Amino acid sequence: MESAFSSADLSAIWLTFKLAAVVTVILLLIGTPIAWWLARTPSWWKGPVGAVVALPIVLPPTVIGFYLLVAMGPSGPLGALTQAMGIGLLPFTFAGLVIASVFYSLPFVVQPLQNAFEAIPERALETAATLRASARDTFFSVVLPLAKPGFLTASVLGFAHTVGEFGVVLMIGGNIPDKTRVVSVQIYDHVEAMEYASAHWLSAGMVVFAFVVLLALYTLNPTGKRK
Amino acid sequence: MIQARFDLSYPGFALHAELQVFAHGVIALFGPSGSGKTTLLRCIAGLERTPNGALQVKDEVWQSGENFLPVHRRPLGYVFQEASLFPHLSVRRNLEYGLKRIPPEQHKVQLEQVVEWLGLSKLIDRTSPAGLSGGERQRVAIARALLTSPRLLLMDEPLSALDTASKREILPYLERLHSELDIPVIYVSHSLDEVARLADQLVLMEQGRVIASGALNEMLGRLDLPTAHLDDAGSMIETSVADHDEEYHLTRLDFSGGSLWVSRVEHAIGSRVRARVLARDVSIATVAPQGSSISNILAARIDEIRDEGPDRVNLRLSVGSGQMLLSRITRRSRDQLNLTIGMAVYAQVKSVALIA
Repeated sequence: MESAFSSADLSAIWLTFKLAAVVTVILLLIGTPIAWWLARTPSWWKGPVGAVVALPIVLPPTVIGFYLLVAMGPSGPLGALTQAMGIGLLPFTFAGLVIASVFYSLPFVVQPLQNAFEAIPERALETAATLRASARDTFFSVVLPLAKPGFLTASVLGFAHTVGEFGVVLMIGGNIPDKTRVVSVQIYDHVEAMEYASAHWLSAGMVVFAFVVLLALYTLNPTGKRK
Repeated sequence: MIQARFDLSYPGFALHAELQVFAHGVIALFGPSGSGKTTLLRCIAGLERTPNGALQVKDEVWQSGENFLPVHRRPLGYVFQEASLFPHLSVRRNLEYGLKRIPPEQHKVQLEQVVEWLGLSKLIDRTSPAGLSGGERQRVAIARALLTSPRLLLMDEPLSALDTASKREILPYLERLHSELDIPVIYVSHSLDEVARLADQLVLMEQGRVIASGALNEMLGRLDLPTAHLDDAGSMIETSVADHDEEYHLTRLDFSGGSLWVSRVEHAIGSRVRARVLARDVSIATVAPQGSSISNILAARIDEIRDEGPDRVNLRLSVGSGQMLLSRITRRSRDQLNLTIGMAVYAQVKSVALIA
């Protein structure tokens, strides 16, 4: 049997994983403080900020992609900034894809983290403070370990959701081999070219990947089963 | 001294508390629920931040004007109502959590020592606090707080979440800490029994205010305070174990006002114990009773008489030097016996509870 995946397919798979990994790391870094703030703030802004973070869940990816394209374009504010910094324009680059994906997958990371943080009783934080732990110390010695299942869920969902995106990629990334052509776009190309066998291999691979990841998440994560 | 002043208001609750107590022994914050005991304790810990509050513990200012020492910089231990052990840490790591966060030169107690005091040697190797009983969890929490070598120990009704058996299990440990450690303890309680058993000073709270504070016995003897109106109002007498009567299974406790016979206790002769006598268990006779089944009869003098409702009066009696008893009798008995202040009477004590 010939190799199931062409070199273009393998390159798309590699690019997809690279994108998802980078996006997941960035999302954990910016999602953690956002989720912590949302979980603990008494501020009136909690509602509006929570709603903004959740927007990508309900909006069509093309809408997000469209606005990001405009913002990152030559006359958009982000575009003006990146040009002024000498980076050039971000649309149709890997960096642009990363930024778009971060927006698109943000709720899938923030919401599990927020739930995990909300489940930590205020009392645990107070106890740590009376035992001489500073806020930062408490975060690393109490909050992180207690929120571990939440971080696992957030990472897996952020990663898997980025792997599965299509609309935003098309709007922002286009279809440039090795730069922005991820698996979902590659499948679309195969179908357009009537290469159904290749489309099958990649699609089935995605199904298996998604299933295995979610299975691992649900079996390894003991959320809600503690006695 | 511990001096504090806090003002705090929430919808439906306001704290305007001024506190001034000696920084040694056990200081009980006592009052009905909703009187602000826990809030005052949280203010002292810094868990509640009040604008314009003031707090000085011995020679250290913890709060004054804009200065506010954050909780984690205050050398205090805090025991919450429920044990609040970290579920992700083993029992040993829970104990070490605070210990590891203070510089070694500040260690005044060793892990092994505290483990022994609180009877934790069988529990310390548990990998998780999940399987511990309520009493065991609270003992671990107390040990964990002590291991930070605090200069002030704050306890918020540490027994209230426990059943009677666990309470009985843990009280001796608390008494032991009291005698072995020279750390002032502020102890929130709504049980007069616990207070009489543990406290040296009593701070009474009502509706967010400190209404009186002072030495335990002085406070328990004040008929004008709400403690005198409680069903279990009474006095505490410091006694020493004088004799055991093996035949009748009794123990004699001596104090300056005489002797009290109680059911045989295990304490060695000479040991100090606190005896608690409830006002409702003390009746009065003007002549030495004869042929009475009550064996504890003390010569006393009436110091104060105060009406307690439409039918009853409270009496404060002095017995011996500086010891006092409360007695609650009917108003009719007072009038029939013509009881007046200064009168010499006999106090018949129906029952004595031994509380240490």
